[in-house]
Amino acid sequence: MTESLNPVAFTPERQEKVKEIIARYPEGRQKSALLPVLHVAQEQWGWLSSEVMDHVASLLSLEPVEVYEVATFYTMYHLDPVGKHVIEYCRTGPCCLMGGEDVYGYLKQKLGIDAGQTTVDGNFTLKEVECLAACGWGPVFQIREKYYMNLTNEKVDEIIEELSK
Amino acid sequence: MAIKILTEHINTPGIETFDVYRQKGGYTAVEKAIKTMTPEEVVEEAKKSGVRGRGGAGFPMGMKWGFLAKPEGVPRYLVCNADESEPGTFKDHHLMKCIPHLLIEGMIISSFALGANKSFIYVRGELMYVIRILEQAIEEAKAKGFLGKNILGSGYDLELIVQPGGGAYICGEETALLESLEGKRGNPRNKPPFPAVKGLYQSPTVVNNVESISNMPWIINNGGDAYAAIGVGRSTGTKLISASGHINKPGVYEIELGVSVEEFLNSDEYCGGVRKGHHLKALVAGGSSVPILPAHLIMKTANGEDRLMSYESLSDGGFATGTMLGSGGFIVFDETACIVRNTWNFSRFYHHESCGQCSPCREGTGWMEKVLHRIEHGHGSMHDIDLLVDISKKIEGNTICPLGDAAAWPVASAIRHFRDEFMWHITNPHEASQPGAVYQGEMALV
Repeated sequence: MTESLNPVAFTPERQEKVKEIIARYPEGRQKSALLPVLHVAQEQWGWLSSEVMDHVASLLSLEPVEVYEVATFYTMYHLDPVGKHVIEYCRTGPCCLMGGEDVYGYLKQKLGIDAGQTTVDGNFTLKEVECLAACGWGPVFQIREKYYMNLTNEKVDEIIEELSK
Repeated sequence: MAIKILTEHINTPGIETFDVYRQKGGYTAVEKAIKTMTPEEVVEEAKKSGVRGRGGAGFPMGMKWGFLAKPEGVPRYLVCNADESEPGTFKDHHLMKCIPHLLIEGMIISSFALGANKSFIYVRGELMYVIRILEQAIEEAKAKGFLGKNILGSGYDLELIVQPGGGAYICGEETALLESLEGKRGNPRNKPPFPAVKGLYQSPTVVNNVESISNMPWIINNGGDAYAAIGVGRSTGTKLISASGHINKPGVYEIELGVSVEEFLNSDEYCGGVRKGHHLKALVAGGSSVPILPAHLIMKTANGEDRLMSYESLSDGGFATGTMLGSGGFIVFDETACIVRNTWNFSRFYHHESCGQCSPCREGTGWMEKVLHRIEHGHGSMHDIDLLVDISKKIEGNTICPLGDAAAWPVASAIRHFRDEFMWHITNPHEASQPGAVYQGEMALV
């Protein structure tokens, strides 16, 4: 499900990326790099363990708690291990008007899990999210950077099948 | 065809690239501003245009720029608010994805006007793919000399940084956004001081919405007066409307402000009407936080005049019979939509997104969600309706930022205009809590 956490270190490419991010901000304002660096960390490890957060804190010369309070505030950061694909399903009004609740019910049944759970094969984690700013193309869910739009039960079948390969 | 200021070239193949954007006249406004105008003259054009904040607040952008403090030796910042998260709103997403250079060009002109040498575009983190599109566009603009050191040989330097958020609606509030940009939780700041005096890193800062800034290239090319000549009254220019819900053609449309709601909803140029075989029941005209209106009040004002898509006409009648243009999130409900369920859904959203800093909002949003949940699920009592109104009144106006108001208005307005539907849920709990059950009582559909 996730790469080994020990030792905690970014890949060389991501190390470069982190350096480049920190350099964007004025002298002494490296804390601004926190959200983007946490995204890079999550890209590498899939979720943010306390070891990873501590590592990020040391890179940015922050107290660990400054990282924890941010990581727990913003909903995009996963604080527990997740499956290979995290399905972030929009549960907000406009998507619901387009049948979002029915498709969501179908998806849950298909995967055999509820929000916050991971399938036994570790392939999918389901997460409910609020509006993804794609209301005209609802129902919508997101997996990593990709938006899946105008969802129907049939489309859900296709997507899950494709990602299960 | 109506005038298109932002979207004229949006469907041109390759418009996301520098070369195609340039062929279509892109970056001429940067050349004009930087080579032939002073920053003060650019600010003056923004003021003349009358363009108002397109994120929802509707505050005149030029006037906001005029408030920026300019102490000697202190850097000033421009931050673009691209944290679009208001349910029903997806225009900035569309604009940045399709024509990223328009925002970049607007950012260069606006930064020049404000004397900022480092500017930020704060994009909601979920739109990582859009962030990559913007970063690519920035690289292209830099390679062509429109960004970086000594732009077009003028001596003006500008660095543009795209900052991802982490998934928090509250960061669309400008001081929460600045906190987030500083690497903190998105807790809105007490005001004053306003960002124009103490903003990012305690320096003078302007925060403007994507769409607002994207108007600047046209304003510079054509003049603020020409912009002000478009639209109606103090609603100058055009507006992007994100249309969703029960309509034939959901999507993002650029309208000249002042088009009638009727035309926007029913003409084939825009929404194409309510979906076939159905009727309009209710409409949220400006994103989930603005008051929901029943069909008859959204088409006509209480005085019987045609309701127009403008700041003034939509708010005609105050909250008693009117609403707001807000962010232009146009959500259409036909007779199959349950107002109680939708109100519960919206209140769950605001509860989820409350930052937790002010007790009326932290406690009140959760309380409203709980009460609405029990009404929707067949466990409500008549007392609950007045309780909701009471809670909403105690949140409204009693919080540091407008999220409290945004949470209160949808609930208060739904009860104001659809009280019968709430009562039906309470008196028919079994029937009303069935999946898909909708009140069929007397109401005015259009």
